[in-house]
Amino acid sequence: MHQYVGLIVLFPLIGLFINGLFGRKIKNEKLIGSIGSGAVGLSFLVAIGIFVEMLGMPAEERGSVVTLFTWIAAGSFKVSAAYQIDQLSIFMTLVVTGVGFLIHVYSIGYMHGDRGFWRFFTYLNLFIFAMLNLVLADNYLLMFLGWEGVGLCSYLLIGFWYDKKFDGVGITWTGDAGNKAFWVNRIGDFAFMIGMFLIFKEFGSLTFNEVMGGAENLAVGNSNVFWITLLLFIGATGKSAQIPLFIWLPDAMAGPTPVSALIHAATMVTAGVYMVARNSALYALAPDTMMVVAVVGALTAIMAASIGIAQNDIKKVLAYSTVSQLGYMFLALGVGAFTAGIFHVMTHAFFKACLFLGSGSVIHAMHEEQDIRHMGGLKKVMPKTYWTFLISSFAIAGFPPLAGFFSKDEILWKAFADGSGVLWAIGALAALMTAFYMLRMVTLTFEGEPRWAADKHPHESPSSMTIPLIVLAALAVVGGFIGVPAVLGGGNAIHQWLHPVFAQAEKTMALPEHHNHALEYALMAISVAIAISGAWFGYRMFKKDPEADGRISSKLGFIYNLLSNKYYVDEGYDGAIVQPVVKTSDRFLFGFFDVRIIDGIVNGSASLTAWVSRLMRTAQSGVVQNYAALIVVGTLIVLGLIIIG
Amino acid sequence: MIPIHYYLILSAVMFITGVVGVLTRRNAIIIFMCIELMLNSVNLTFVAFSSYLGNATGQMFVFFVMAVAAAEAAVGLAIVIALFRNKQTVNINDVNILKW
Repeated sequence: MHQYVGLIVLFPLIGLFINGLFGRKIKNEKLIGSIGSGAVGLSFLVAIGIFVEMLGMPAEERGSVVTLFTWIAAGSFKVSAAYQIDQLSIFMTLVVTGVGFLIHVYSIGYMHGDRGFWRFFTYLNLFIFAMLNLVLADNYLLMFLGWEGVGLCSYLLIGFWYDKKFDGVGITWTGDAGNKAFWVNRIGDFAFMIGMFLIFKEFGSLTFNEVMGGAENLAVGNSNVFWITLLLFIGATGKSAQIPLFIWLPDAMAGPTPVSALIHAATMVTAGVYMVARNSALYALAPDTMMVVAVVGALTAIMAASIGIAQNDIKKVLAYSTVSQLGYMFLALGVGAFTAGIFHVMTHAFFKACLFLGSGSVIHAMHEEQDIRHMGGLKKVMPKTYWTFLISSFAIAGFPPLAGFFSKDEILWKAFADGSGVLWAIGALAALMTAFYMLRMVTLTFEGEPRWAADKHPHESPSSMTIPLIVLAALAVVGGFIGVPAVLGGGNAIHQWLHPVFAQAEKTMALPEHHNHALEYALMAISVAIAISGAWFGYRMFKKDPEADGRISSKLGFIYNLLSNKYYVDEGYDGAIVQPVVKTSDRFLFGFFDVRIIDGIVNGSASLTAWVSRLMRTAQSGVVQNYAALIVVGTLIVLGLIIIG
Repeated sequence: MIPIHYYLILSAVMFITGVVGVLTRRNAIIIFMCIELMLNSVNLTFVAFSSYLGNATGQMFVFFVMAVAAAEAAVGLAIVIALFRNKQTVNINDVNILKW
């Protein structure tokens, strides 16, 4: 099966071309949707085939590289379009194609009647194609191709409804939100590229296998590796929305909801996590970078969670929740728990995709209303959406034995054991907030009395939308069982599966084995208590009084305003970076440099020519006798020269 | 026999008179006459040398020059008349339309 890995990437490409070239003519939504979803479904089946085959092999034979063709060859520099199949890449491929397939199916229902229906599926297929290149690439350059490709799709899909208004700092149209995402990502991509150049300088190759092989000979604390890993991590902060580059993700909610689910929750934003995990052997050599990763992750987790408490847009809450959960993943990576980070990528993909799709179902039913203060009482009219949404909320809040419990608990335990108590405390506090705002949102949306206008008639969504919800909710329930920790008597299958990929990093870091089961149980109990109390608090407070926000803001005005305005980060960036850049461009680059220097050179050469011409023109008097006199003078000079010579 | 340099001096004086006339006078007809003067001074030189050297080539040239001068006089006078019909003047200071 290994040799068929090209097919995984090929199917979305075919779907992309069919829908992209003929979609406008096909017009049949069912057909367009089936082509788009079918392409991803086929990729998923091939990925399962490869996965099953890998299961049947001994662990050390599971990795392989399939080279399709030589992409770039220049002297000693050679890059191939080659796909690396190993435990990590096939795992990510399964998540991308599996969740991607469900979201494609959901989109058939959600995008029904949209005039850009075919365009939407073309972009989605392009996204899957780019994302698969990202996770399957065997070298940094091909990965970067996918990395940029998903960024492009993100831009295209955020601004999909380009003529729709969208409100944000410096943003009036959805297209502006797309631009913002693109620009912020550009900063990270720049760092990623510098990191890539440094890798080539240090290791003389861009393939993962050769770089990791070269890393074996390097000492821990190597300064080049420190810069490489730090630059790659800055790239990851852009793509995966970490401090300081997280600001684009909440505005990315301008796109259609399936896009938010697929790109801005389940798959693309986890690319940074995957990239760091892929380079685990390098990161293990740079403990300083690891510390940075862990601290940035923890701070992002708590900052975004606290913002999520005070948001009223259902998608904004989920967006900040995504940023916060991504922070957890980086916290895990930073303390060396690569498996836990990847595990959380998977469980998060399940429940967050389900939550976003559920919110899409709600928005659909409420006729594009997104403000949860104007919802309420939807439990009765859309029970399927309610139950799947509730289950996923419990999963993200960390209720045992749902998926989120296992992955989040493992991250917190590793943060405590291999990191520090402070990191654990920040993570635990963020978990408390997560449970609180999730249940606040559920309560305001589905419970209590309806607060919507009487002329709205919410209804349950069609089955093409509810079936993916049910499948994802089911995955959010059972997904965690592949990572049941040993203390709970589980085999922790995902650890054993991914172990060969991270073996080199684990050997380098030489983290101690933990046998303090009592402590692990205690922390687990605290996690559960946190989840339950946060959820209970959120439920009670907003069940009793949907207007509780107003009460809080009158008491804690300053803090509440700080949170609901997202710590004024956007305003701060606007004032500190955007406006100075705009002003510099306007006043210096345009007003001075362009107008004076560039235009000055152009106009100057013209006026110099004119000036010289004015001088020369005086000889051309138009009086024939002057010319005749000059002829005489010339003749005399020539004669004189002949006579003298 | 009159020495050759007498002829040459007379010819040079005539020629310079012609040049100065062409360069300084403003009346087109006088300029025209000055040109004739220059041509005839050259003719004088040709004839003088022809006689001095005992060679008829110079006299042959004189006939050519006279033929050209006759043609030139016809064209030139026609121009002057055309000019006068258009501008009612033969003062070349008034004929400076070559200057932009």
